[in-house]
Order: sequence, then structure tokens, then C-alpha cells
Amino acid sequence: MIRFDAELPRGEFRFALSFEADTGALALFGPSGSGKSTALGVLSGLVRPLKGRVQVGDEVLFDSAAGINVPPHQRRIGLVFQDALLLPHLDVRQNLLYGRWFGRNRAQVVELDEVCELLGISHLLQRRPAGLSGGERQRVAIGRALLSRPRLLLFDEPFASLDYARRMEVLPYILRLHERTGIPFVYVSHAIDEVARLADQVVVLEQGRRKAFGPPGEVLAPDWASAGEGRLAAVSVIEAVVREHDLRYGLTMLEHPGGPISVPGRIGEPGRVHRVIVRALDVGLAVQRPRDVSFRTVLRGTIRAIDRDDSPLARVEIALLGSGRLVALVTRHSVDALALDAGDEIFAMVKAVALDDRALALTIHARTSTRQANGNG
Amino acid sequence: MSWLAPDEWQAIQLSLKVALWATVGSLPAGVMIAWLLARKRFPGMLLLNSLVHLPLVMPPVVTGYLLLLAFGRRGPIGAWLEEQFGIVFAFRWTGAALACAVMGFPLMVRAIRLAIEAVDPRLEQAAATLGASPAWVFLTVTLPLALPGIIAGAVLCFAKALGEFGATITFVSNIPGETQTIPSAIYAYTQSPSGDAGAMRLTLIAIAISLLALAISEMLARRVGRARAASA
Repeated sequence: MIRFDAELPRGEFRFALSFEADTGALALFGPSGSGKSTALGVLSGLVRPLKGRVQVGDEVLFDSAAGINVPPHQRRIGLVFQDALLLPHLDVRQNLLYGRWFGRNRAQVVELDEVCELLGISHLLQRRPAGLSGGERQRVAIGRALLSRPRLLLFDEPFASLDYARRMEVLPYILRLHERTGIPFVYVSHAIDEVARLADQVVVLEQGRRKAFGPPGEVLAPDWASAGEGRLAAVSVIEAVVREHDLRYGLTMLEHPGGPISVPGRIGEPGRVHRVIVRALDVGLAVQRPRDVSFRTVLRGTIRAIDRDDSPLARVEIALLGSGRLVALVTRHSVDALALDAGDEIFAMVKAVALDDRALALTIHARTSTRQANGNG
Repeated sequence: MSWLAPDEWQAIQLSLKVALWATVGSLPAGVMIAWLLARKRFPGMLLLNSLVHLPLVMPPVVTGYLLLLAFGRRGPIGAWLEEQFGIVFAFRWTGAALACAVMGFPLMVRAIRLAIEAVDPRLEQAAATLGASPAWVFLTVTLPLALPGIIAGAVLCFAKALGEFGATITFVSNIPGETQTIPSAIYAYTQSPSGDAGAMRLTLIAIAISLLALAISEMLARRVGRARAASA
């Protein structure tokens, strides 16, 4: 459990954030300069707030009123920095074991061997940080934080310096580690898909203040009135079970009560739940089950609400059959032409590529290029 | 060493001893003050910085005279040290080492400070989040990363100590076998009509020692640099 309340001046605005989260997977989401990293700094003790109170679990780490400020090295909060910050004069193994020594009196959740295996870095142990790729460095940094026996792990945009393919290479490791160790984490990012995939709860920040707080499916598709400039960026998060991989067409088929979902590329493992992200702008609506359309994914549901004002676009919120919420942005004209109303049954057509993210597009592209290269050779 | 007069041989040994002690003795304080100046903000910082650098800009004779006033047998610090610990600086080789240390100190602190400032403070923060207390951060991150600068600072101090003349001769005079270092010995030779050959011999030796010190520091710096290149 994290109880966070902190205030401090930060450049152009005043950072004044408070939230109370009871989850193992929390994300702080917002544009660059919105104060996300400041929040992590306050949590880890590297940034001292002017006033406030910070509590993790049942230990108060900072309390301006009571004069408490636990120094960073006693907080047992591991921080994975944006640029890894491996110690350049030590090799990978020494980096990994650096923090373990200081926490030697505490019970070890995971051992070096297992961390190396989980993160796929066993072959790097003798190497120096300088010789590692960006993705490898981040994995070592994650392992190093983990081996310091933290009670909480913080990720400060750990993949901001990585290209998209590398990001997707490292992202699953975080999920695996979390599942394996149960150590709660706070993840900071401005990438909506990372947040949607990793977090159970999301704090949305803007100008150093909390703009929204809740599960990703809710806060990433905010209310029409409150969304402001974020209206067009709205996304929905749908949980579906991976059924099979269609190798012939390079698709992954997922099962949802509202209908089957097909996504380009090979994602997840059959039988496992996967989060699918759909941009609201990429959803089309039909009042009858559409036939002979290019959309491979058609989800059935009921219109829960329609938000409209003077804007050309209207926001349609759909309760999907079974579970899940889907938000569509369509023109106000379409809403009137189709005579859509709350309570109506509706078929949402989702472009397969809309379920895709750029990473998958990249992997598919890479695979095709390899095949062509092989064919030519 | 038959081509060297016993006095000359003594001067060389004494010079090396004085320079070595001046360097080794002031190194811990040099590292500490360099770290303070590089990493901490505190009242009196400007004063400390000026104090450290003062011997660099003051005439060496003035430094030597101030040392004589403070550490002489009747000086406040000198008298106290003799009374409490039996340590005497005045007209002893220890006094020469003290004078050399004071004169070399600014050079040493400057080099080390620059090296510490070049260490990314975020690496130190990373170490702190991993559970390292400030003392451990300093020992396991700051110090090893600043090592080339520390070596450079020590060598600069050593070289300065070898060549120190003004402050030493003012503070502890020019006593053969006790406080007569190479520069003082050369000076003494130049004061006598038949001293040309001796002055030349010592000059050549001074050059040789300086070159050797430079070569050793270069070698050490390169060795550290190699380890860094493999890692940075």
C-alpha cells in the first residue's frame, strides 16, 4: 500500500500530488514534465518534498509534520532509472550483487541465478556495462534493483531510451518478475500501451497534479467533458484469452465473449489472458452484424452512453458482452444518421491494425524482410 | 654513487623522503576537502576554498614565514604540538615535509576536485537506492571513479614538493642532512664559486626524478583509463 502526499516547487509549476493506492502494479502516466519522475524521486528519497507525508506499507518514510525523512539507502526501494546507471567500473555480476550486500540481513526473494535466468542475462555476467546494448543494460539494472531486496520497485521510464522492438523485448520481463516475486512496483511512463499492459491502477498526472486515478480501462478513456485535449488520445483496454496463433496469416486469435479478436503478430501464449489496446478513433460502429467487411474483429455490446457537444466527434461508450468497456469516437453526424441511443445493441468493428501496436508492426516487418532476404539468397 | 658528494646524496634521499611524506600525509585531507568542495554546499565554503588556494598565489617566502610563526618552537601550534606529542617541525625534515605539503596542497585538491565533479552524481544516487550509505557510496563509487584524478593530484603534489624552495628554506632553513633538499643544495652550490659542477649534477638528477615521476603517473593513469575504457 502506498499513501502519497507531497508538495514542492518544481520549475514552472508546483508539484502537489496525493494518492492512495493499494495495488501491486501502479502506473504514473502523463506527458513529459508532468512530475512523474519527481513523484518517484520523493518515493525513493532522492527528492525531498517541502511538505507532505509518504507511507509505504506500514512504514512512514517521510512526514514533514513529524520531522521524519528516511534516507534513500534505508528505504529499501529499488529504482530502475531511465538510463540504467550501471556502475561503469564494475562488471555485470558485480553490478547485480552491489545492492545485495547492503541488504544481507534481509530474506532474499530471488537468487542471482534465477534473476539472471528470468531476465536472460546469464551470458553477460563477465561483461562490462559499456559493452552492453540498451536493452541489456536495462535488464541488468532491473536485476540489480531486484537483488537489493526491495519492498517496492520503481521504474522511471525504463524504456524511454529504447526503440520500440527493444521495449517489447524487455516489457514481458517486468511482468514475469512481478508474477514470480510478488514485489509491488510503480511504473512511470508516457507510453499509453506500456501503462495499459502493466498496471492495475493508474495515476494520471498533469502539471504536477493528479488528473485522474483508477484502473487503466477507465482513466485512459476519460469522460468527454473532462478529457480536454486528451479526447482524441482515448484508448480502451480489453482483456481477452489468447486462443491460437495463425502462422499462415501471421495473426493471433483471442477469445472474448463479445466476439473473437484477431491481432497481427504473435503475442502471448495460448490460454493466457492478454490485454488488447484499442484506440477510440479506430473503432467503427454498426447497428447490425456487418457482413462482407474487411474488419476481422467485430465485438458485440450495448451502448452505455453517448457524449456529444459542439465538436464534430461524439464519444460512444459501449459495454461489451461479457465484460469490458470499449470507447469509440465517431462523427456526431454518424450518431444521428444511425439514430444511436443508449441501451441499443451495437456491433463495434475494430481494425486489426488498431489492436496492433507499433512493436508488432515492426516484428512482422522484420520477419517478412528476413524471409525475403532468405528467398533471394 | 662515487661521483656524488655525500652531501648531495643526502639531499637526494632527503628530497624523496620529504616529497613522499608531504604527498602521502596530505592525500587523505586532500581527498576529503576536494570532496567537500565538489559535492557539498556549506557556509564558509568560499573561505575554505580560498584558504586551500592561498599558498598558490602567495609568495612562498610568506607561506614559509607564516609556518614559522605558527609551527615554530615558540609558535602557538608548534609549542602545543611539542608539549603534547613531542612533535617538532622547526628546523627538522618534518618541517620541510609540512612546508612542501602546504605548497602542493592546492594543486592536489584542484585535480581531485575536478575528478570528483566529473563523477555523475546520479551514479551515487543509484548506489544509495541500492542500500549504500553515504560512506559506502563514497568508497565504492566516488573514489574508484575519481581515481585517475586522485593519482594526478598526488603526482602534482609530489612534483611540487620536490621543487619547493622558498617556503622550505624560510621555515626550516638549509641544514645539510636535516633540511637541505635538492633545491636548497643547488642554491647553496650557486652561492659558492666552485659549486658549478655540483649544481649541474643535482640539476640533472632533479630532471631525471621529475621525468620518472611523470612516466609513472602516466602509466598509472593509462592503466586506470584502460579499465575505464573497457567499462565506460
